[in-house]
Amino acid sequence: MIDLARSTNQETFVMNLGPQHPATHGVLRVKLTMDGEYIVNAEPVLGYVHRMHEKMGENRTWAQFMPNTGRLDYLGALSYNHGYVKVVEQAMGIEVPERAEYLRVITVELNRIASHLLWFGAFVLDLGGFTPLLYAFDDREHILDLLESVTGSRLTFCYFRFGGLYNDIDDNFVTGTRAFIKRLRKRLPDYHNLVTKNIILIKRLKGVGVLPAEMCRKYGATGPVLRGSGVQYDVRKNEPYSVYPELDFDVPVYAEGDSMARYMVRMDEIEQCMRIVEQALDKLPEGPVMAEKVPKILKPAPGDYYGAVEAARGSFGVRIVSDGTNTPYRLKLRSPTFSNLSLYGEASRGMLLADALALMGSLDLVIPEIDR
Amino acid sequence: MSGYFKELFGGTKSLFVGLGVTIKYMVKPVVTVQYPHETLTMTPRFRGHIELVGDEETGAPKCVVCGMCQKACPSNCISLTGEKPEGGKKKVLTGYTLNFTTCSLCGLCVESCKFGAITFSRDYNLAGPSKGAYIFDLKKRLEEKSG
Amino acid sequence: MILTEPWRVLVFLVGIIAFAALNAAYLVWLERKVAGHIQGRIGPKEVGPFGLLQPLADGLKLMSKQLLVPKGVDPLLFKVAPLLVLVPAVMSFVTIPFSDTLVARNIDIGLLLIFAFASVNVMGLLLGGWGSNNKYAVISAARAVSQNVAYEIPMLITVITMVMITGTMNLNEMVVQQAGGFWNWHIFANPLMPIAFLIFFTCSLAETNRAPFDLGEAESELIAGFHTEYSGMGFGVFFMGEYANIIIGCSLSAILFLGGWHSPIGFLPDQGLWGLCWFLGKVYFLIFCVMWIRWTYPRTTLWGLLNLSWKILIPISLLILLLTGAMIKVWPLIIGVS
Repeated sequence: MIDLARSTNQETFVMNLGPQHPATHGVLRVKLTMDGEYIVNAEPVLGYVHRMHEKMGENRTWAQFMPNTGRLDYLGALSYNHGYVKVVEQAMGIEVPERAEYLRVITVELNRIASHLLWFGAFVLDLGGFTPLLYAFDDREHILDLLESVTGSRLTFCYFRFGGLYNDIDDNFVTGTRAFIKRLRKRLPDYHNLVTKNIILIKRLKGVGVLPAEMCRKYGATGPVLRGSGVQYDVRKNEPYSVYPELDFDVPVYAEGDSMARYMVRMDEIEQCMRIVEQALDKLPEGPVMAEKVPKILKPAPGDYYGAVEAARGSFGVRIVSDGTNTPYRLKLRSPTFSNLSLYGEASRGMLLADALALMGSLDLVIPEIDR
Repeated sequence: MSGYFKELFGGTKSLFVGLGVTIKYMVKPVVTVQYPHETLTMTPRFRGHIELVGDEETGAPKCVVCGMCQKACPSNCISLTGEKPEGGKKKVLTGYTLNFTTCSLCGLCVESCKFGAITFSRDYNLAGPSKGAYIFDLKKRLEEKSG
Repeated sequence: MILTEPWRVLVFLVGIIAFAALNAAYLVWLERKVAGHIQGRIGPKEVGPFGLLQPLADGLKLMSKQLLVPKGVDPLLFKVAPLLVLVPAVMSFVTIPFSDTLVARNIDIGLLLIFAFASVNVMGLLLGGWGSNNKYAVISAARAVSQNVAYEIPMLITVITMVMITGTMNLNEMVVQQAGGFWNWHIFANPLMPIAFLIFFTCSLAETNRAPFDLGEAESELIAGFHTEYSGMGFGVFFMGEYANIIIGCSLSAILFLGGWHSPIGFLPDQGLWGLCWFLGKVYFLIFCVMWIRWTYPRTTLWGLLNLSWKILIPISLLILLLTGAMIKVWPLIIGVS
């Protein structure tokens, strides 16, 4: 009955930001109830890309789940590898050699730069600027070539193993990475001149989609969304893991909470990632990349373990429940984009459609990660 | 009022600066590779589909049909058969099928092989007419490759 | 070569239509090449040398597509709308002086004629959106109308300023007044004229629905705007109309501000065919700037666009009008001429 009354209301109409849409970055459907140009209600409808990763985890051994982690958020796949491997190592008590930890950090941060560059290109594409996408992809090609020379894959990495890495790097990687960082440092001012300082972009993003810190906390948003609202929370600093305590980097935080703040957080993060990679390359020790005593068949002690890493989009958590056998009993993946998207319904109330799309772009959604 | 003019002049200047960036990139050489007229070589560690490694002298596959790769695969892509020949101690490979439609190139099979019998190929030109074209018979491929 | 009357009309008619059609086809090629090089890639290259036959392939493709007329559309409005965009633009070529002898009709109120035809353009967009029976198209047609109305005002105020300076509405007269070197061009007539040129250029971008003001068509929010429902040659005609409008806008900018068919340096020849070369050179340079702008900036929102027009362009163009009028009256008194 309520639906009937709503549908006969002359003021509002329901529009579908359909599953296939250039601006939704994946298969996301948003049911918008609109009053002219203003959004009265936005209801995201998820599940179009549900591939049952968590169920697959119950039917595969601990090692066989590795490729699945790369397919969750394919743009920042190494962080997801890292999150899963970290929890299992924690459960089994496996010590990872230092060289492997440093290489993990270097590759994860390179992957984070690639993910942020793609977000930058796609976000400006949503707003109508076609060229920064291609400049960002040019830089991203260099990163993907570097990572391909080490891991063999360009996008869905399956590079980490329990106790270390699949294989070691060579000197070409080190020189290539240093050359890439020098190149990107020269290109970032161009991006800022072309996009960040552009008056049209500033008008579109400043003051648009303000997310107060309370709303972010309520919905559990993490990552650049939370840091763009003034809350200083980064898993790498607040719950340090791997070799991050030994590296010196800042966590950019902007207090305004609008789309411009989230944009600036990610652009500054690119610079910080480059700092981390440089320091890690300087401090890279010699040694093995695989721990010695890693059992072939893993059987962690029965129990409940949780670990989180800072992925490109927020805090990615893995909870494993082990019953002592060689397959997990339950594998729960805490997707950061799911929590980030959940505040969209409340935040977009009363906004204009164009601004709501700018807000969606600034949240940096990857739908396969939400649907798992 | 002064905010209005500051924004106006600052905004107009930012527009011209942006135009300067684009014209700078316009006169630089292009960064794309004109495929298929030019191709790139893949790096040594590039992950194409797996292939059998032949022994240097005999050309026969090094595989001893232990089945570790089959057990390690998360997606049940690999199926191999072998038989013990008369008067021989070791098993000989008779068939090795890779179902590439479900393979995720994770590398668990290559890692699990202690005999170095499988490795990643560097094959990426894989357009085929039907799904059946992607059920690779790796033993036949090795025989065709070694001539 | 002097042609007698019926033949002259025919030759110019065929010439103008051929010019408009060829430009519509090859400006697409130019746009793709410019876009490609700005983005670090080359544009089309496979079809013909440098991709020069690409527009032919595109044209053949568009012509071979089925002309879908969806259910529920208003048949007359749906079919007439693309023509209302194309025909006024092509007709505006009648008064444009390509060279001192190449003018189809040297009409004394040529400028007024061009703007009269330009306002019919808006109706084409509105009818196309309304007649499509598609809520996305209607929303975007409404936006296009408010955009066009808002930007006609500063454009016309700037044009009035030019008419005050030149004292005539005849386009060929205006060009003749700019003879000599480039210091005689109207863009340097007084210190405010460069600003007037920028305002006029921006308004012509907005009138033709061209980025960064292309809310009507290239939105990633509302699919393809007012021409969502057009397929095949219907879409092709809208496209041709847009490029014809761009040429008109750039030709007007060249005539009013940049000296039309005159050469920038006094002694270089600019009669007959040379004048045509200079004119086309200026027009194509401005068209290149239009494309360059498209591939650099993101899109404004409708509110940013309307704010730009009503709060910035109109006050500034009114100010320029007042100051220019004052200067025309006061300057002779200052330098002692009565």
